[in-house]
Amino acid sequence: MGLSCAPPRSGPVESKNEAAMSELVPEPRQKPVVPMKPMGINASLLGYIGIDTIIEQMRKKTMKTGFDFNIMVVGQSGLGKSTLVNTLFKSQVSRKSSGWNREEKIPKTVEIKAIGHVIEEGGVKMKLTVIDTPGFGDQINNENCWEPIEKYINEQYEKFLKEEVNIARKKRIPDTRVHCCLYFISPTGHSLRPLDLEFMKHLSKVVNIIPVIAKADTMTLEEKTEFKQRVRKELEVNGIEFYPQKEFDEDLEDKTENDKIRQESMPFAVVGSDKEYQVNGKRVLGRKTPWGIIEVENLNHCEFALLRDFVIRTHLQDLKEVTHNIHYETYRAKRLNDNGGLPPMTVETEENHESNL
Amino acid sequence: MLGTRPTARPPSWCSTGDVRDLQHAGGPAPSQRVAMGMGRARARGAPAPPGGGAWGGAAPPPPPAVRARERSPELAAAGGANRAALSFFSCPSLKMSKQQPAQFTNPETPGYVGFANLPNQVHRKSVKKGFEFTLMVVGESGLGKSTLINSLFLTDLYPERIIPGAADKIERTVQIEASTVEIEERGVKLRLTVVDTPGYGDAINCRDCFKTIISYIDEQFERYLHDESGLNRRHIIDNRVHCCFYFISPFGHGLKPLDVEFMKAIHNKVNIVPVIAKADTLSLKERERLKKRILDEIEEHGIKIYHLPDAESDEDEDFKEQTRLLKASIPFCVVGSNQLIEAKGKKVRGRLYPWGVVEVENPEHNDFLKLRTMLITHMQDLQEVTQDLHYENFRSERLKRGSRKIEDEEVNKDQILLEKEAELRRMQEMIARMQAQMQMQMQSGEADSSAVHGHHV
Repeated sequence: MGLSCAPPRSGPVESKNEAAMSELVPEPRQKPVVPMKPMGINASLLGYIGIDTIIEQMRKKTMKTGFDFNIMVVGQSGLGKSTLVNTLFKSQVSRKSSGWNREEKIPKTVEIKAIGHVIEEGGVKMKLTVIDTPGFGDQINNENCWEPIEKYINEQYEKFLKEEVNIARKKRIPDTRVHCCLYFISPTGHSLRPLDLEFMKHLSKVVNIIPVIAKADTMTLEEKTEFKQRVRKELEVNGIEFYPQKEFDEDLEDKTENDKIRQESMPFAVVGSDKEYQVNGKRVLGRKTPWGIIEVENLNHCEFALLRDFVIRTHLQDLKEVTHNIHYETYRAKRLNDNGGLPPMTVETEENHESNL
Repeated sequence: MLGTRPTARPPSWCSTGDVRDLQHAGGPAPSQRVAMGMGRARARGAPAPPGGGAWGGAAPPPPPAVRARERSPELAAAGGANRAALSFFSCPSLKMSKQQPAQFTNPETPGYVGFANLPNQVHRKSVKKGFEFTLMVVGESGLGKSTLINSLFLTDLYPERIIPGAADKIERTVQIEASTVEIEERGVKLRLTVVDTPGYGDAINCRDCFKTIISYIDEQFERYLHDESGLNRRHIIDNRVHCCFYFISPFGHGLKPLDVEFMKAIHNKVNIVPVIAKADTLSLKERERLKKRILDEIEEHGIKIYHLPDAESDEDEDFKEQTRLLKASIPFCVVGSNQLIEAKGKKVRGRLYPWGVVEVENPEHNDFLKLRTMLITHMQDLQEVTQDLHYENFRSERLKRGSRKIEDEEVNKDQILLEKEAELRRMQEMIARMQAQMQMQMQSGEADSSAVHGHHV
């Protein structure tokens, strides 16, 4: 599988790309086969200018520099978070494979563990960081167990902000901000739990949350549809805006595409596995049970393929953009307001300031 | 060994064809279930009514469906008789016994006294009286408790169930809901009470989860103690919780802190049977791993779960083997369902997935049959342990505390009397003061008015 994107379109360049030209990397697209004719009244000179080749130039640059992606997984222990992340990126990138022993006890407080890997595909390098949150929702008293997570997310924004306001700032600020948070819902078949609601209410305003129904092989097809409907309704009733948020749809095309995903597919009911079995002559990722083999990438069995396409193949860039343009900006505005319109100073400058006085 | 070896005639209501199906499906056909009057109606018609007065006569005695149970009436205990009668969850692992000639000791044999008939009398009495059993189910919502109970007893205990949304659950506390159902089979009545605990484990802060449950259990003990110590002891209703199915989530890696705390809090009050429902989530290897992990953690924390008693040496090999198998399978990994699915040409209870069918009553798929067997064969034992161990513990604790409490109460009574007297005195003083005030006012009022009068005049 390649990190390929939406089918290449040779046509007018979209506004999205122009907006993206500032800092972030646009989706790599195939070169148009035929040189495009400029449209409009201003095209007095017929002939090919070559503006569109900028895309190719940027693409080459991206391939050289690579890009960052930080994904956080949150949910009770045992819901298959680590396995799912491994399945998503088809590599051993989670905590499970980095020396974590399955026999470990549940930690007494929520811990934040970030593990980074560099994975490469088609010449494109991605620095992937998986942020795990063991201990979430496992205690008897789970009040405010989302606070350490919220704190971590804000800390990353703070780090980025500090770098940004530096006088001599780096050419490429290392981006540790959380671009996407996968929230794992337990497949009870009834409804969301109070903890799920509280978490998503608090954190949908600071990070992109993608709710996911874990271990979906527990439910039959009817139970799945019913459960998803109920969860969607509950999220709506409680005003929880999960990614893709309605208010950030840029144009009609986005809106229709995202509406379809929001109202039909989400939350994705997934099954994860890192073991391969032979089915009908092919080797597939799956889970073997006495009554059959559950194929992870088979859309009739579970929606893993939809989640993967959504997060990686179509909306990866958008996740980063929303994090940067909206969540980060919200944080920044709040910080500047708190500081009286001035950028926050680093500790060193504050000390200098005092010594100057 | 004196006593009978009653025959096991196939029950009057089924032809041989049905008998085979019964063995295969491992349970009485749904049409035989629950309907209250049915067993009795048949009994009236049959020439040798089961559970009726056939015992003690020359006619062949009624058949318990399963061979192993034959031994139990020989034990001169009500317990034994109960086991014979509770054959309605017939176990597929035990074969239907073949026809055997009645081996009732001939009354004409010299030296025959006749008290071998005692177990039969006990049996008859107990059958007439009926049996009571209270089962409590505890576990987070969505773990498959209600489905399992409905599957076990082939009934629908929760017909109009509304599942609350998450926002509603935030405010809710743990509640206790008891539903009673009377099941009758072949003349044997069972009054089964299922105590449900909705709201357990739902809240964000579950610290107070188990208070309600523990106080319910204590309340039942208290009530029984009170009845037992009362004057009229003829009709004591036994509402004590005999067994608690504790549901462990199949999604975790073992016991959660809440599980450990709860079990430690009630293991001295009730028999705990840990159950893992929704076991179709797990592959066989994962199941083994989870079971082992749970057993290790139970031992580590010193939690006392219900242990099946070892089969006695005089039981037959099959029964011993069955008991061993059951003991090795705790905690049971079960799947519940009451939907009939077509699989391999026959209708079975199960769950239909795109990748296959999970059969509820297939021992290779899950431990449902084992759980049912355990519950049925050990129903009497569960009651005994509740009576002999948990209730006695409670009683001795209570009486010890009670005697101290009575002394305290007497002291309290004196204090209360003193306080009351003081209050009475205070009130009297207040009344006196108020009266004095009123008098003064009246006098001054008169003085004023006279002054006024004087003024005007």
